[in-house]
Amino acid sequence: MKIREFFTYFLLAVIALFILIPIYVLLATTFKPLEEIGISDMWKLPANWSFSGFIKAFQKLGPNLKNSFYLTIPATIISAFLGSINGYVFSKVRFKYANLIFTLILFGMFIPYQSVLFPLIRFLQSIKLYGTIPGLILVHVVYGIPITTLIFRNYYSEVPDELVEAAYMDGAGFFKTYSKVLFPISIPAFVVVIIWQFTNIWNEFLFAVTVTSSPDKQPVTVALVNLAGSQVVEWNVQMAGALITALPTLVVYVLLGKYFIRGLLAGSVKG
Amino acid sequence: MKKKNVIIGIFVILPSIIAIAIFVYGFISWTVRVSFSNWNSFSKLLRGVYKFVGFRNYERLFQDTRFQTDLWNTLFFTIFFLFGAISLGILMAILIDKGLKGSKFFQNIFLFPMAISFVVTGTVWSWIFAPGTLPANPQGLNLLFQKLGLDNFMWGWYTSTYSLGKFNVALIAVIIAAVWQLAGYTMAMYLAGLRGIPNDIIEAAKVDGASEWKIFWKIKMPLLKPITLSALIILGHISLKIFDLVFAMTGSGPNFVTDVPAIYMFELTFRSNRYAMGSAIAIIMLLFVAIVIIPYLVSSMRGEK
Repeated sequence: MKIREFFTYFLLAVIALFILIPIYVLLATTFKPLEEIGISDMWKLPANWSFSGFIKAFQKLGPNLKNSFYLTIPATIISAFLGSINGYVFSKVRFKYANLIFTLILFGMFIPYQSVLFPLIRFLQSIKLYGTIPGLILVHVVYGIPITTLIFRNYYSEVPDELVEAAYMDGAGFFKTYSKVLFPISIPAFVVVIIWQFTNIWNEFLFAVTVTSSPDKQPVTVALVNLAGSQVVEWNVQMAGALITALPTLVVYVLLGKYFIRGLLAGSVKG
Repeated sequence: MKKKNVIIGIFVILPSIIAIAIFVYGFISWTVRVSFSNWNSFSKLLRGVYKFVGFRNYERLFQDTRFQTDLWNTLFFTIFFLFGAISLGILMAILIDKGLKGSKFFQNIFLFPMAISFVVTGTVWSWIFAPGTLPANPQGLNLLFQKLGLDNFMWGWYTSTYSLGKFNVALIAVIIAAVWQLAGYTMAMYLAGLRGIPNDIIEAAKVDGASEWKIFWKIKMPLLKPITLSALIILGHISLKIFDLVFAMTGSGPNFVTDVPAIYMFELTFRSNRYAMGSAIAIIMLLFVAIVIIPYLVSSMRGEK
């Protein structure tokens, strides 16, 4: 019994070590002065702790970090409301072909975005939103419809139909039923959707790199890749950039991990 | 009263339906059209004249050695990545499911890479796998091997152009990074599955004297089959589309050893303005994903009612 427990802990620790190695390297490199990157050992902690890499990365990525917030926050909020109202319709208002339409919408979640990218860019150019943050917001809201609708639909199908029927009986209309009955009990689903969308939009790269062309409009993920530059890579700046890029979603994960997992499982359809 | 609500409801979702109709199905058709055209230069784009050339772009692609490499890379990447992420995910789930003290702590560690961008993962792992100049000045993991006296383990990682059959060994570095990122996801799926197994089945088996090992293979694994199928499909479609990780970590690599269709598509479309060829790659990627996803979507919709 004791041996078995020890063995379990041993395996857990080995896997944890594998998962944590990049974090160790990331932190150790971030806080080294550039001289130490060249000559000394990347596996050692810094001999002289230095914030110069971090400061340099922050100066370079700061504007892009702001772009990412300008992009992610509105896109997340709009997605959540859209998903909520769609989820209400797909779970409580029965109509013909609802399931078929929903499946067709859901397919949009899995397509490689490469297959829509070129027309999308031409479209954004024609409505003068190409290369702008509002253009990216539009893109993320539209391609977020499948997953946000799915999560809310699954959540509302757990709510008894009688609750909605009763509201209709009492003379509440479509919107009043939503605002007085469903919306107030939707907080957990909203939290899941907001975390899911925030994380995905923040971390997204393909749309970010193709829809925004000028560096001052780019989200932080694109700026991080560009940070590598063409000549010698300043690994301390590079790692600091990675840390800065990862920090907001890591904070969300640490604070709201439970809901993060629910979102994750919802993304595998049969949640 | 009820009928009115149905009409309002349909009106409310109409914008979403129209948006998906245009942004998904409309744009896909547009890409298909471009992929059948000769829109392969910027001047043609400016003049807006291009004509239908049938499957010529597709034929050219399949004869293109770089694209052939991409397909082999995708195949090998998918096989090893799925195997790695699923087996590590199952192992994590089993260990966590034992419910020892501190399980929650380990679970949180195993899952956190999912919160991070592929671009960040690629950046950090590209530093870890940076080979340095061998044999005198190793870097990253090679440096660690040197310190441990394991000089024989030092090699070029993602800069290596060696291949075993059609498998470019440089992919190993990318596969490890991808497994690192997504094994936690598989773990979460299996944990949800394990916790859904009714306890009395397990208890009954224990009473019958079945060993833990036997309970796992004969009872739990068969019950977890749907989870394995979901994991294969979800991870499979991610791997067929993989882009950011490779882009941030290695790019195409020397001789395209780590090139994937998504990278080639990106370069053709956004670096060389060869829209028709880029679109053809995009449509091939879509077909691969559709083969995996459509049966899955249809069956899960049927399963509901």
